[in-house]
Amino acid sequence: MEFSINHPILFVLAGVIIAAVLGQSVYFLVKALRRAKEIGMDMGKVKKIMRTAAIFTIMPAVAIVISVMTLSKSLGLPLPWLRLSVVGNLSYETIAASNALNAMGFTFGSSDGIGAREYVTIAFVMTISIMVGIWLVPLVCKKVLSGMNRIENRDKRWGDLLQASLFIGMISAFLGYVFCDVSSVFKGETYGLIPVLVMMVSAVVMALAGLLMKKTKIRAISDYALPVSLILGMASAIPLTAWLG
Amino acid sequence: MTTNDYMNSVHKSGRIWNLTMVAVLFSFPVICCFVFGASPDWKGLVMGLVATAPMYWAVGLIETFTYIPMLGAGGSYLSFVTGNISNLKLPVALNALEQAEVPANSEEGEVVSTIAIAVSSIVTTLIIVIGVILIVPLMPLLESPVLEPAFAMILPALFGGLGVVFISKNWKIAIAPVILMLILFITIPALNAGTVGIMVPVGVLFTLLVTRILYKKTSFLNQ
Repeated sequence: MEFSINHPILFVLAGVIIAAVLGQSVYFLVKALRRAKEIGMDMGKVKKIMRTAAIFTIMPAVAIVISVMTLSKSLGLPLPWLRLSVVGNLSYETIAASNALNAMGFTFGSSDGIGAREYVTIAFVMTISIMVGIWLVPLVCKKVLSGMNRIENRDKRWGDLLQASLFIGMISAFLGYVFCDVSSVFKGETYGLIPVLVMMVSAVVMALAGLLMKKTKIRAISDYALPVSLILGMASAIPLTAWLG
Repeated sequence: MTTNDYMNSVHKSGRIWNLTMVAVLFSFPVICCFVFGASPDWKGLVMGLVATAPMYWAVGLIETFTYIPMLGAGGSYLSFVTGNISNLKLPVALNALEQAEVPANSEEGEVVSTIAIAVSSIVTTLIIVIGVILIVPLMPLLESPVLEPAFAMILPALFGGLGVVFISKNWKIAIAPVILMLILFITIPALNAGTVGIMVPVGVLFTLLVTRILYKKTSFLNQ
């Protein structure tokens, strides 16, 4: 069969695999919903959580669509569609594809000359190099969580602090990243301030939402505060970039 | 069904799903080989793996141990297949826990984060499908220079909002790691968007260490 990076069979293959991934998500969703009902959780609240999670996901998911579009120029549509629907991201897939292509004497960025042999080699490199989490979680998840439980049972206060520390540690790394280009100011450039200001806009929106909720006691504000702060923060990047970029 | 029974069933089904997914994901290149009658370029494959895999395996190993306690059981099995953990699944789970007002280390927390992550995974998959179907009309819009800065700033916009909630609630344990990360990211040019993932475990370990010291040696964290 003659190969093309957008061959219909590749779409079918990617589609079937993505359907299986979707199946796993649906399975865990149904399982958790049943359990929520069983342990007497407020299902109205659970529905709100689902709605917020769905709304919150839209913009990051659109960003993933843009990554699919970017990669599709070099690798066709099916492979980026598959890879970015599962674990992976634009920078990883680009690095993996570039390394595989360079090793075969090709340059990433042009689909010219990529045949079936090169295509499957790229797909293998992309698949193998990021597989660790998928097989390691089944091996260690129960042990790690049991260890956490033991710590919490021994000292409840420390257990709570430990959990909070995990979240704060992650958030602090990303807050640091927001400031990574700030030193450009010393060279007379202002582009490094854009992410800092975007973060501030988002933080102010979130803080205002919190204050508003306290004042009005309207719970719905907290349901939509994070998606709204995300969207307004992103929107502020447009004029900020025009001004400082 | 007791909490233990439920957790055991999550682990059992999670193991089956994830190990099946390993095979399913491998099936793409393998079936391509058969359909198109092509074998991989073995030298290219080995060289490509040598250049790519060691770093991502190391990061994957550290991320697994870092994220499992935050994501919970169901959330971990799902997130490590569907990806986008730090920029989507974990923030979604954190927000859901806040919304539900349940602790992450409770059964309710486990259920809530699994539901949020599952919904997020489903919505992401569906939006990508729509994007793929409508790629021709969508491409000029989504790649327009006007919208480009907005999508380039997702992480600052996301962690601004999330940071306010979590730092205001845990400011005592947040001071030291936030200062450390600001200093590191501002002074070390190699730390950027590409390396922030590696800094997450560093931030987590440092925060744990500082919190432990504050908890054991001072009364700063007393309730």
